[in-house]
Amino acid sequence: MELLIPVIKISVVLGVLLGVVAYTVLVERRVAAAIQNRVGPNRVGWNGLLQPLADVIKLVMKEDIVPKQANRFIHDLAPMISMAIALITFAVIPFGDSITLFGQAIKLQIASVNIGILYILAMTSLGVYGITLSGWSSNSKYSLLGGLRSSAQMLSYELAMGLSVIGVVMIAGSLELDKIVQTQHGWMWNILLQPVGFVTFVVASFAETNRHPFDLPEAEPELVGGYHTEYSGLKFGLFFLAEYTNMVTSSAVITTLFLGGWQIPYIGLAGLPAFWVSILQVLAFCVKVYLLVLFFIIIRWTIPRFRYDQLMNLGWKVMLPLSVLNLLVTGLVILYL
Amino acid sequence: MTVDAILFFIVAAGAVASAVLMITGQNPVKSVLFLIVNFFCLAVLYLILHAQFIAIIQILVYAGAIMVLFLFVIMLLNLGTEEKHVDALNMKRSVAVILSCIVLFLILIAIGLPAAGTGGLPASALVNGTVETIGRDLFRQYLLPFEITSLLLLGAMVGVIVLAKKHFE
Amino acid sequence: MIPLEYYLSLSAVLFATGVIGVLTRRNAIIVFMSIELMLNAVNLSLVAFSQYLGSTTGQVLVFFVMAVAAAESAIGLAIIIALFRNKQTLNIDELNLLKW
Repeated sequence: MELLIPVIKISVVLGVLLGVVAYTVLVERRVAAAIQNRVGPNRVGWNGLLQPLADVIKLVMKEDIVPKQANRFIHDLAPMISMAIALITFAVIPFGDSITLFGQAIKLQIASVNIGILYILAMTSLGVYGITLSGWSSNSKYSLLGGLRSSAQMLSYELAMGLSVIGVVMIAGSLELDKIVQTQHGWMWNILLQPVGFVTFVVASFAETNRHPFDLPEAEPELVGGYHTEYSGLKFGLFFLAEYTNMVTSSAVITTLFLGGWQIPYIGLAGLPAFWVSILQVLAFCVKVYLLVLFFIIIRWTIPRFRYDQLMNLGWKVMLPLSVLNLLVTGLVILYL
Repeated sequence: MTVDAILFFIVAAGAVASAVLMITGQNPVKSVLFLIVNFFCLAVLYLILHAQFIAIIQILVYAGAIMVLFLFVIMLLNLGTEEKHVDALNMKRSVAVILSCIVLFLILIAIGLPAAGTGGLPASALVNGTVETIGRDLFRQYLLPFEITSLLLLGAMVGVIVLAKKHFE
Repeated sequence: MIPLEYYLSLSAVLFATGVIGVLTRRNAIIVFMSIELMLNAVNLSLVAFSQYLGSTTGQVLVFFVMAVAAAESAIGLAIIIALFRNKQTLNIDELNLLKW
C-alpha cells in the first residue's frame, strides 16, 4: 500500500501531463492560426481534435536519420535527456492540498522534499544538456551554433531565475513548495507581494524554455532548425514534446511560486464538504497553469525574436541587477516592517 | 543487507567505473559525460548519508553549472576530433600509475575495513543534513569565511574577463 | 548499516583515479577534469565524516570547496581558451615555454 499510492500518483500525473502536452501542440497551432487570420488544423476528428494522435502516428512511422559523421550514441541520448528532465521536474510540484479517499489522507504531491525549490532549479539547469549535446553530436554547423547559443543563454538566465526565487523563499521562510503554497492563502499571492520577482522569473522562464522571444537556439531563419536540424522521426518528436512539456512545467512552477498554487481565495467560507474543496483546488491549479500556457503561446505569436546581443544585454544588464535589487528591497522590508 | 547498503554498493561501483572511464576516454565530450555520471553517483551517496542539501547543491553547481562550462569550452574549441593519438603509456607514466596505486593501497590499509553491519549513521545525521541546520551554522559560526567567498568569486570574475578578452586596451 | 570506512575507501579510490588522470593524461581539459574528480573525492569523505561524527562543519567546508571549485573552473577554462588561442593545442607536453 505504501508503494502503491506513489505509483498511482506518478502514473496519473504523467498521463495527464502527456495528454495536456499533446493537446497544447494543437492549441498552439489553432491560436497561431487565429492570430494570423487562418483556420488552422481542423480536418482530423471534430474541429481537429484528433490532430495530436495523427501527428504522433506520423512521427513514429517516419525514418530515423542519423548523419554519417554524427556521434551515434550521444545523438540518441540527447532527446531522451531533454524529455526526461522536462518530466521529472513535476515530481515536487503540489497540485492540491491533501484529499481523503477511502478513509486515507493522500497528499496531492508526488514527493514533498525539504529542498523543493533547489530541486527545481537543479533540474532546470540540467535541461541544457539535452540541447547542447544534440547540437554537438549532430556534427553540423547549424546544430553546433544552436547548442552553443542555448548553453550561453541558459547559464545567463539561470542566475536571474534563482535570484528572483529567493524573494519568495524569504517570504515563505521555507524551501518546501507545499509550505510556500500554504503561506499564500487568501489573496496573499506572491505576485502581489513580489511583482518584480514575478516579472523577472517569468522572463527567465521564457529564456529557460527556449520559447519566443528567446528561441535563438532554434531560430529558423538563421539556423535552419537550430539544435534539432539533424533530427527526424521519433527523436525529433521527443524534442518537440520536451519543449511543450517544459512550457507546462514552468507554468506550473510559476503558478506554485507566485499565483497561489492550488489556493482559491475564501473557499473556506462557502461551506463545501472537504472532498469537493480539494477537487476544486486541483481544478483551480489546472486552470491557472493552463492560462499561463496560453500566455506563453500568445507571446510567441506577437513578439519578434531578440537579437543575440540584445538577449545577453537583457540578461546581464537588466534582469540580474533588477532581481538583486528586488532581493535587497524584500530583505529590508522583512527586516524593518 | 539493507536497501541502503545495496544501493551504496551499486552507486559506488558506478562512481568508480565512471571515474575510470573518464580518465581513459579519448573523446573529451565523453569524458565530460562520464564525469557528470560520477557527480550524480556522488549526489546519490550524499542522499544515502542524509546530506540532502549537499546532494542537491552537488547537482546544481557541479552538474548544472561547472560541467556545462566545460562542455561549452570543448564545443567552442571544437576539441571533439583533435585528440586522435592515444596517449602512449611510456616509462614516466607507468611509474606514475604504479606509485599512485601504491599510495592508494597504503591509504586503504590505514583506513582498514571493519566487518559489514558494524557502525551505522548516528540519528543526528537526519537533522544535520537539512538546509536549516547547515544554514544556521553557515551564517553564525562561519559568517566571515562565507563573506570572504564573495571576494574570491569577484576576483575570479575579474580574472576571467581579463583572460578571455582578446584585445585589452 | 554502512560503516564510515566504506565511504573513506571509496573516496580514496576516486582520489587515486583522479591522481592517475592528472599524471598520465596530456589533454589539458581532461587533466583539469581529473582535478575536479579529486576535489569531489575529498568532498565525499568530508560529508561522510560530518554525518558520522554528528557535526555540520564538514558539510559547510564542502560548501566552500564548491565555491572555490566554481571559481577555479571558470579561471582554468579561461586560461585554457587563452592557451588554445596562442598555441592551437591543448597537449600539455607542447606547452613548455617555461622549460629551458
